[in-house]
Amino acid sequence: MSEKEIIQKLKRIVEPYVQRNEGLDNFHEETDFLRDLEINSANLVDVILDVEDEFDITIDNESMEGMLTVGDAKNIIQHKL
Amino acid sequence: MNRRVVVTGMGVAAPNAVGLDNFHSAIKEGRSGIRFFKKLEELNFSCQIAGKPEIPGELLQQYFTPLQLRGLNSSGIIYGVISGTDAWHDAGLSFVEGENPDWDSGIVFGTGILGVDKFREAIHLIDEGKTRRLGSTSVVQTMASGISAYLGGMLGCGNQVTTNSSACTTGTEALLMGFERIQSGKARRMLVGSCGDHGPYVWGGFDAMRILPTKFNKNPEEASRPMSASASGFVPGSGAGALVLEDLESAMERGARIYAEILGGDVNSGGQRGEGSMTAANNQAVERCITNSIKNSGIQAQEIDCINGHLTATSRDSTEIQNWVNALERKAHDFPFINSLKGMTGHCLSASGSIECVASVLQLYESFIFGNVNCEDIHPDILNLITEERIPRKTIQNEINILAKASFGFGDVNAVVIFKKFNNN
Repeated sequence: MSEKEIIQKLKRIVEPYVQRNEGLDNFHEETDFLRDLEINSANLVDVILDVEDEFDITIDNESMEGMLTVGDAKNIIQHKL
Repeated sequence: MNRRVVVTGMGVAAPNAVGLDNFHSAIKEGRSGIRFFKKLEELNFSCQIAGKPEIPGELLQQYFTPLQLRGLNSSGIIYGVISGTDAWHDAGLSFVEGENPDWDSGIVFGTGILGVDKFREAIHLIDEGKTRRLGSTSVVQTMASGISAYLGGMLGCGNQVTTNSSACTTGTEALLMGFERIQSGKARRMLVGSCGDHGPYVWGGFDAMRILPTKFNKNPEEASRPMSASASGFVPGSGAGALVLEDLESAMERGARIYAEILGGDVNSGGQRGEGSMTAANNQAVERCITNSIKNSGIQAQEIDCINGHLTATSRDSTEIQNWVNALERKAHDFPFINSLKGMTGHCLSASGSIECVASVLQLYESFIFGNVNCEDIHPDILNLITEERIPRKTIQNEINILAKASFGFGDVNAVVIFKKFNNN
C-alpha cells in the first residue's frame, strides 16, 4: 500500500472525530491529532480501534503513545503491515 | 422566603408517543404503546409484551452528532436526551454557546440502570480477553449519571448536574429534588426527569419474579389493566420524561409560557417495616407522604381535583386507593378523579414518574382528564371505596385546579407531588 493510500485512509478514519475542520483541509504528515484536528483525547482510542479494523493490524499501547501525528500513524501502520 | 417554582418546558419519549404534541393526543385518545416482542418469545419470557418508544433513525440524528451516535447502545441515554433537549427547547431555552456554562441552570435526571445493552457488549469483549476493544464510551454510556452527563454537556449547565435513583419513584423524586433546589434559591432553573432502558436484560428480573401478565401475549394492548378486576400484573416499559422547572421570577422575566406551578411534595420511606418490605409499601408511610405533601403545599385535602396514581395493574391498586381514601379522608363520590397512565404505556419503571408528571401537567394546562384504559371491569374492592364515575374510562374535558401525583418504588420508597394550575396571585 502506498504512503498516499495510507494517508487517504487515515483521513477518512479520523474525520468523524475531528472538531476543527480546517485541519482536514490541510491534512499532511505533520498534522497533529490533538492540536491541529482538535480530536478529543478520549477519542484517540477509538481512532486506534478503527485503524486496527481498517488495516487488520494490532497496535499495542506503546506504539499508541507515540502516535501524535498523521506521520507517526503512517509509520506505525507501515511497520505493522 | 421560599421561591415559587413553575414548569416551563416538557419533553417525553413514551411507549405510546414520542414528542410532547404526539403524547398529548395519544393520552387523550387512550392510545396504547404495548406491543409483542419476538425477542422475548425466543428468550422464553413468560411475558412477551412490553412498552418501548419507537425512535426512527432520522429522529436520532436530530439529537446526536454522528460521533455521538458511533457505538451508542444505551437506550436510556437515547430516550433521556430526546426528552431532555425537547423540554429545554420547549421552554424557549437554547444550548449554551461559547466557553462559559450557565451557572444558574442544573439537572437532576434519574435512572434505575443505564446502558444495559452497552454493558452486555463490554462483558462479552472482556470475557473474550478483548478489554482494549471497548472503545472510549463504555464508561459514560453505562455509569448511572451518564444521562445527566450527556445532557449537561449538550445544554452547558453549570449548576448541580446529577442523577438520582430510587426505583419506580425516581422520576417524581428527581422533580422534587429540582423543585427544592430552586425553592431554596440555589438554582434558577433545573431540568428534571428520568429515563429507563428497554430490553430483556432490564425486564428479565421482573419476569422471573412472576409479577408480569402472561396471558396477553396475543393481545398486548389489553394487558395493562390498572384498577381492573382482571389486572394480572404490570407490563414492563421504558422511555423518559423531562420537565424544565424554573423560579417564577425568572420565568416571568423572560416571558416564558407557564404550564403549572409546583406547590410542594414529599419523599419518604416505610423503612420496610409494618406491611412494608423490599417490594411492598408500608401503607402508613404512603399516607404520611400524601398528608405531608398536602401540608407543605399549603392546601386542604378537599382542594385536590384529580389524582394521577402509581397504579401499576397489580392487586396492590386497591391498597393504593385505600391509602388515598385514608390520607385525604375523602371517599365514594367525594373522592377526586383518579387515573393511571400505565394502561397505555405499561410501567416504565424508573422513567414512569417523569413520564406521568408530564401527563399530569398536560392535564392541568389543557384542562382534561385522560380516560383510564382497560378497566371496564373496575375491581370490586375499589368500588367499595370510591364511586365508579371518579374513574373516568373516557377522556373528559374538565377544568382541574390541583392535581396530586404519586410514585412508589421497590425499597419501600414513596414520592408525592402537588401541581396547581398557574395563577399569578
